[in-house]
Order: sequence, then C-alpha cells, then structure tokens
Amino acid sequence: MRRYVLRRLLVAVPSLLIASLIVFTLPRLIPGDVVQLMLEEKAYGKDLEDLRAKLGLNRPILVQYVDWLGAIVHGSFGESLWTRQPVLVELTRRLPVTAVLGVMALGVAILIGIPVGVLAAVRPDGVLDFFARSAAILGLSIPAFVTAILVTLLPAIWWGWTPRTRFVEFSTAPGAYVLQFILPAIILGIASGAGIMRLTRGMLLEVLRHDYVRTAWAKGLRERVVVLKHALKNAVIPVVTVLGLQVASIAGGAVIIEWIFGIPGMGQFLVDAIVQRDYPVIQGINLVIVVIIVLTNLAVDLVYGVLDPRIRY
Amino acid sequence: MANSVQTLPVPETLPRAWRLPALVTLVLRFVRRKPLGAIGGGIVLVLLVLALFADRIAPHPYDVSIRGARMKPPSVQFWMGTDNLSRDVWSRVVYGARISVTVGFATVAVATVMATAIGVSSAYLGGVYDMVIQRVVDAWMSFPALVVVLSLMAALGPGLTNLILALSILGAASASRVIRGATLSVMENAYVEAARALGAGHLRIVMLYVLPNVITTILILATIGLGTVILAESGLSFLGFGIPPPYPSWGGMLSGSGRSFMYYAPWMALFPAAAISLAVFGFNMLGDALRDVLDPRLRGAAGLRG
Repeated sequence: MRRYVLRRLLVAVPSLLIASLIVFTLPRLIPGDVVQLMLEEKAYGKDLEDLRAKLGLNRPILVQYVDWLGAIVHGSFGESLWTRQPVLVELTRRLPVTAVLGVMALGVAILIGIPVGVLAAVRPDGVLDFFARSAAILGLSIPAFVTAILVTLLPAIWWGWTPRTRFVEFSTAPGAYVLQFILPAIILGIASGAGIMRLTRGMLLEVLRHDYVRTAWAKGLRERVVVLKHALKNAVIPVVTVLGLQVASIAGGAVIIEWIFGIPGMGQFLVDAIVQRDYPVIQGINLVIVVIIVLTNLAVDLVYGVLDPRIRY
Repeated sequence: MANSVQTLPVPETLPRAWRLPALVTLVLRFVRRKPLGAIGGGIVLVLLVLALFADRIAPHPYDVSIRGARMKPPSVQFWMGTDNLSRDVWSRVVYGARISVTVGFATVAVATVMATAIGVSSAYLGGVYDMVIQRVVDAWMSFPALVVVLSLMAALGPGLTNLILALSILGAASASRVIRGATLSVMENAYVEAARALGAGHLRIVMLYVLPNVITTILILATIGLGTVILAESGLSFLGFGIPPPYPSWGGMLSGSGRSFMYYAPWMALFPAAAISLAVFGFNMLGDALRDVLDPRLRGAAGLRG
C-alpha cells in the first residue's frame, strides 16, 4: 500500500510539472501588455522599460518560469502586479471560502444523488424512479447560472425578496457565514447530484442482478439489509470515481456562482485577475486548483482500496 | 409415386407488401424505442431550423431598437416582450440559436478532428510518443473546464473564432482519451495484424482498418459533446468572455447591463434561460439515446463534460 502511494505520487509529478508549465504560459498569451496598462493607469515607473525591469518581466520566459517554480517550492507565489500584495496571503483568505462552498455543494450532490439513486433502483420504472429520472435530466440540462438567476429573480418578482449579496465574514457572524452558502451550494450541487443519481441507479441495478444478492434474498434477509449492506457497497465504487471528476466540475462552476452571488472566493479572484492580466495571481490560482484536483484523484484511487478489498496494491 | 407429386405454379412476381422507406422505418423504430431521445431530436431539429432561417423567422433584426417599445411585456406584437434597449426578445432568441448552433457544430467538428488525430496516433504509435502525449492530456484534463476556457479566452480575446478554438482545445483532450481506448481495442483484432502481414502501410491500416471501426465512438462523443459545448458557450458569454454584445448569445442576454433590468422585465431573462435549457436538454437526450442504440458499452463515457 505504501509503495503504491509513493508510485502514484511519482506519476503525478510529471503531470503536475506539465500543468505548471501550462499554468505559467497561459496567462502570458493574453494579448495586451500588462506593463502598458499599468503605466497608463498607475504610473509606477519612469517608462515602460523601467517598469518592466522592476517587475522582472524583461528576462527570458524560461528564466522567469524556473524562478517562479523555485519560489513556489520555497512557499512563495510572488506578489500581485497590481496590489503588490503577496499572492499567498490573498489565496489563504479566498481558498477557504471556495472550499466551504465546494464541500457544501459536494455534500448536497451526495445527499441528493445517492439516496434518490438507491430508491429509484429498488423500484425501477416505478413512480419515484420516473420522477427521479426526469428531475435528473432537468438538473443536467439547466445550467447553474440559469438556476441561480431564476432563484434570485423569481422570488424578487413574486414576493419582493432578494437573497442577500453582502458577504458576511466568519469572524463577525459564524452562523450567518455558513447560512449564506446554502443557496449557492444547492444550486452548484444540483447538476452533480443529478449525475451521481443516474450513476448510482445504473450501478445498483446492475449489482442487484448478481448471484450473491440473490443468495442474500434467499437467506431471508430484509430488503434494507440486502440493498444497503450487500449491494450498495459494490455499486458505489464507480460513483466514487465520478466524485473525483465532480470536484473539477464544481471548481469550475464555482467561478460563475461566486460571480453571481458576490462571494469573494477563488473564482471571483480569477475573473478579476484575468481582466487585469495579473500574471502571478492567475498562475497562483490555477496552480492551487490543479494541485487540489490531482490530489483528489489520488485520494479517490486510494479510497477504492478501502471500499473494495479485492483491489490490492 | 414420383409422378403424383403436384407442384404449385409459382407466380413470376409475388405481390410484395408495401413497406415504408428504410430510413423512415429506422426513424420510427428509434422514436418507439427511445421516446425521450426522439423528443430531443425534435428540439434539435427546431433549433437547426431557427438557426438556418433566422433572418426569415425573426420579425426584427437582432440589434435594432424599436421606437417606443422599451421593456414591453410579452404581447401579440412582441410575443417574448422587448428588452431595455427596445429590441425584440423573440428575434434575439432566434438569432441566438444561430450562435449556439454555429459554436456547437464548429467546436465539435474541430474538437473531433483534433481528438481523433491525437487519440488514434497515440494508440497506434504507442511507446514514448504515447506516454508523453498522455501525460500532457492528463495535465490538461486536471484543469477544471471553465478555468481553462476562461484563461484561453482571456489569452485569445473574445470573438466567435476564438471561442470555437478555446472550446475545442478543451473538448479534444478528454475525447481523445476515449478514442485512444477504442483504437487500442480495435488494434487487438486479427484483421489488423493480417493487413500488416500483407504489407499494408501505416496510413492504409489507420484509414481502412482502424478509423472505420472507431467511427461510431467518435460520432457518439460528438453528439454528446454538442450539448456540453452549448452549455459552456452560454456560461462564457454570461461571464462576458464569449460572444461580445450586440450579437445575441443566449448566455450574454442573461448577463451584463440586462441583469439589473430583469427585475422589472423578467421576460428578458426567462426566454433566453428557457432556450439554453431546452437546447442542452435536446442534445443530451438525443446523444444519450444514440449512444444506447449504437454502442451500449459507452454508457457512462464522459464526452466533453468535465
């Protein structure tokens, strides 16, 4: 097991290196010169060349990349070109916000997806199954930002109620802090929940046909035990894989949801940074997101071993 | 005895039962077996008609303000109402279909060609090339879709061509993985080995033996990809990184200056929102049904979603 973890970590290294190169070069392709923009707006330096030298942008790209990578290994993400704030400080403030939103969304997805999937699979083609499947199709087809707009728009028209858009810090009111995430998290989690529900249903239907399940029935076990204890455990393994993929799609969806609800997380940070061509910030955010996703996939692989003792490393 | 056997005269031409043309039978069978898929197909058809004949169907141009018709509710004259710049919402929704269809089909075409080239070559050549390519695909796939496209769009600048390019680069990576898998399994077949033994060149093997056998996979990936691309396009336009305004993208109609007016003129938001959802629903249903009919093994393949 330990050897497997080590090997998996080693395989992840080249992927992460390539990803870091992509992360580094991508924002540099943005047309328009950040230096020009800054000189016009803020007049930091005497002229273009002076400012470029100050920001270290006049050196060859490869040198900049190696420097950047070296700094990251030492725990420094550089500083924002605009605010001169260390990127790491801003990241540590914003990452928890997006993490709370993402974890809650994932929770919503699992809480909807797995139970409804199980209920639908137990009575296939029943009334509940029909409604669950129709709802899942709707959930997959309506994009999160459309749901978000409808959720903010319709109550406003009908009852004059609008969701609060002012963000509450955790330190001022912990209760309100958590509460303000509920609506965005539900919206963000619906699409993932629909996917998980469909997969759970499909997998469980397949597992329920196995011989060992028939044996369990024949032993006279109750339905609850057969389905939840015997069948579900095997059905849920592919669902765990998809959970890993859902983390990526939730991270992407968070960008739009944060933007709509005015949540100061990584997504909003990214959009702002892209508009301002703030290279170090874009690189920092993308790198953090990629590392999280690579680690999630690693964790998913390891969870297999726990769920399915037949898999041995 | 032999002489007593009576033979019935066979008529020269048997009266042949009248049959529907083969294509119609095929479509009818599809409708019966996959009703939801057929509904999806219907929606897609309507979408295509709207997109093709937008200039005939739309009663007004998409960017012309109609005098004295600012934020009018739906009525007989403007049956989806008008927006804050006095433009007819129905006309804009119709032209929006053109954007969605153009972006959808162009992106999927480009992405499919790229994915096929990458996937088939990676599986066929194998070795170091395969390993390097797959590590790059790994890295590429570990970015959240929206984050990649946002960064790409920022790099390329807004606009139709750039949007198509960015979305197809994104879609190509994950689709190439599936195509690589399909190619690998096709290459296990004895007929590929036989062709090689007969002296067929690499190009001949790929074109005549490999590609025809992975084409179903490619087609299914493309259909499922269409819905995802339309979704992504509307999301990007919503954030302001897609099709620049005056041109009416459904996502764009929900964002920007319009958002503050929606509380007074909700029809400005409701109709484009419904259009996006219906279009994505249509492509998803059609894609799912096609996959079930053509290749049940692909169930659960992610397509361009991610």
